[in-house]
Amino acid sequence: MIHYERFVLENGLRVLVHEDHSTPMAVVNVMYDVGARDEDPGQTGFAHLFEHLMFGGSVNISDYDEPLQRAGGENNAYTTNDLTNYYCQLPAQNIETAFWLESDRMLSLAFSEKSLEVQRKVVCEEFKEHYINKPYGDAWHKMRELAYQVHPYRWMTIGKDLKHVEDARIGDVKNFFFKHYRPVNAILVVAGSVKTEDMRTLAEKWFGGIERGTKYERSLPAEPVQSAARLLEVRADVPLDALYKTWHIDSRLEKGYYVADLISEVLGGGTSSRLYQVLVKEKKMFSNIECYHFGSVEKGLFTIEGKLVKGVAMADAEAAVNEEVSRMAADMINDTELQKVKNKTESVIAFEDMSVMNRANSLAFYELLGDADLMNNELARYQAITAEDILEYSKRIFDPNNSNTLHYYSNN
Amino acid sequence: MINRKEAPHIFDPVEFQLNLPPCERFVLDNGVEVYAVNAGEEEVMLAEWVFFAGNCYEHSNIVAATTNFLLKNGTKNKPAFAISEHFEFYGAYLNRHCYNETATLSLHCLTKHLPALLPVVAEILTDSIFPEDELVTYKQNQKQRLQVNLRKCDFVANRLIDEYLFGFDHPYGRYTSTMDYDKLQRDDLAAFYKQYYVNGKCILFVAGKLPVDIQQQLNNVFGKLPFNQAPVPKPHNQPLPAKEKRYEIINDAGGVQGAIRIARPFPNRHHPDFPKAGVLNNIFGGFFGSRLMSNIREEKGYTYGIHSYLQNHIQTSAWMVSTEAGRPVCRPTIDEVYKEMRLLCDETVDDEELDLVRNFMIGTILGDLDGPFQIIARWKNYVLNGLTEAYFYDSINVIKTISAEELQELAKKYLQPEEFYELVVI
Repeated sequence: MIHYERFVLENGLRVLVHEDHSTPMAVVNVMYDVGARDEDPGQTGFAHLFEHLMFGGSVNISDYDEPLQRAGGENNAYTTNDLTNYYCQLPAQNIETAFWLESDRMLSLAFSEKSLEVQRKVVCEEFKEHYINKPYGDAWHKMRELAYQVHPYRWMTIGKDLKHVEDARIGDVKNFFFKHYRPVNAILVVAGSVKTEDMRTLAEKWFGGIERGTKYERSLPAEPVQSAARLLEVRADVPLDALYKTWHIDSRLEKGYYVADLISEVLGGGTSSRLYQVLVKEKKMFSNIECYHFGSVEKGLFTIEGKLVKGVAMADAEAAVNEEVSRMAADMINDTELQKVKNKTESVIAFEDMSVMNRANSLAFYELLGDADLMNNELARYQAITAEDILEYSKRIFDPNNSNTLHYYSNN
Repeated sequence: MINRKEAPHIFDPVEFQLNLPPCERFVLDNGVEVYAVNAGEEEVMLAEWVFFAGNCYEHSNIVAATTNFLLKNGTKNKPAFAISEHFEFYGAYLNRHCYNETATLSLHCLTKHLPALLPVVAEILTDSIFPEDELVTYKQNQKQRLQVNLRKCDFVANRLIDEYLFGFDHPYGRYTSTMDYDKLQRDDLAAFYKQYYVNGKCILFVAGKLPVDIQQQLNNVFGKLPFNQAPVPKPHNQPLPAKEKRYEIINDAGGVQGAIRIARPFPNRHHPDFPKAGVLNNIFGGFFGSRLMSNIREEKGYTYGIHSYLQNHIQTSAWMVSTEAGRPVCRPTIDEVYKEMRLLCDETVDDEELDLVRNFMIGTILGDLDGPFQIIARWKNYVLNGLTEAYFYDSINVIKTISAEELQELAKKYLQPEEFYELVVI
């Protein structure tokens, strides 16, 4: 049970405080309700590029990092398709430094041309390092475009094309900032060795005077229900053939999401999972196989991906994967297997909650989803799932017409 | 109206009194030492069995790592699947890692499940049989994994730079080819297992919210096992660094980035320069605000990240600069690295920068001591390196007191560009 206090400033900034006096540290986490899904299709990768620019100086403070480091703190940030999150950890005595820094960059950035120019290059190098200069690095670009036809999940956070990043202009940066980076679109979480009343005072002092902004109302095109299987075949200079398959699943707060999460554990969680045991160990068709999803806020993708053992035909490998998913949709899992994946979930949650940084991050995320209290109900939601739920949901998602398949062939 | 131009008052972390949280030590009936940190709020714990079974003890390549990898792939009574299923049923993670000197088996679990898990760990450490079929699958899959990794410039660069620093015959410089996997024999694994695990030197580390009877639980299950039968042979590997210092490798003709490694040999933690170099390294390339990051990423945008660090080895170490940079800017990146070295040799660090680094380092250590797993990791590092907690306090003292002049002397001694190996892999 994670205890916290929640209040809302007059400008709409939601503030959550989680006290934990067992640590000498404090965490300040600011989550903005904007991700790659909110980008213009002609300007993808912008939310992530913008995250870099948030470190390029704010209106009153030329350098974000230096004062934080001087206070003994560290920070980082990440952008996903759904949201952008900034977090720092520092000795609790120096927490006001974090309020000062975070509030100033919410007030306004410096909008430096130099910072934009450098960070465009840095992000291009990041793009190359992870997606161009790595074998199979483009697989997810292709899979997203295959699985989503209209929804903006069809591009990756890094962007669809290097050119989109290269073309970013300072005017775009300003517009994006004043549209999305306003108190009314943000969540502030303070956690660690702090007192709630002090945090209320600090939040009002530093964030209270920032102009509210206009609530960003998201209206993204809904992905039409897929009605026929899709297949894409590519060839590339990679050493091994690889298979990627995805199926559409429910959004983060629907029951189906939780069921899908447990199904992914049955199929791919650990070396006793079905896919590993049958396809890697018994049939020896894959040298590795994984099953996962991205925890997307909107309707996401359930994924199985693996590399084929040299000499195994793609069609045979795919048939073997299909056999396992069909088995999920045909036979009810037994009590032991159900208990196993629930125990695993209990364990995952307990380990995640060890770090005050993770707790702060989770509180912000659940608040973004609509209610921070969800964090304390997660385990119960998983515990309530039955073997029948798993069977029924498997029948629904593992319909071939709901599937997207990428055959990634080696040229060698 | 608040004045946003003015930073709030800070308490300088350099003034903090840091204490290393204590670690309890006890000994099982068979002489196995146990180090325990009982702390934390969540009902979770970790137990790690450390054996002196790293690759410096192997007689042919990859035997140590393979033995370690296949430890849990079958015992006299349980096939691999049953072992995995047992741990996974309880939501536990059983991992293994092979390093140069040591090899470990580690268990992360909910504290309440420990009694159900320990006996199977003991079984793995007494009755593993390394089934031939498991070895065959392992060879095939590891070879495939290696083939994929060899396409990555960073993977190739990491292998080669270690070879230049230590020589291929040194455990720190050796790496694996697909032929090495082909040569693996089940009997070699079984023999290595018997000598270095079943009868090997074992040290146990436990941390988290420990059960009250932890000592008894461990003693009941592990206190009678035949560990520590012979003294651990002292590794005495002599590094044989390469003569040639500059390398450029084309691994992928179409590559758009180069993996750059610039490195020199450096003594281990017992050398008085080691903690001092920790401070100098931070200034040079050890954190986001370092000179390498500020210049090469934040000023020039040549790379997504550039870091320098001292390798975490027991016998002897190396000082390494590592980055992936755009192909056309590899040379300018290297030139800037050398320029930053020279600057540290030619000019003393000013007070403002040095104070910041001191505060940052102390703040980081404070954060690192937060939580039982982090605390036991620090103790483990001291135990395995033959250090005591005095090292913790000495290092902190160095961070707080080292002068700009001492840092400059250190730079002159170690940061000489011609002493460094330089490698670019495209």
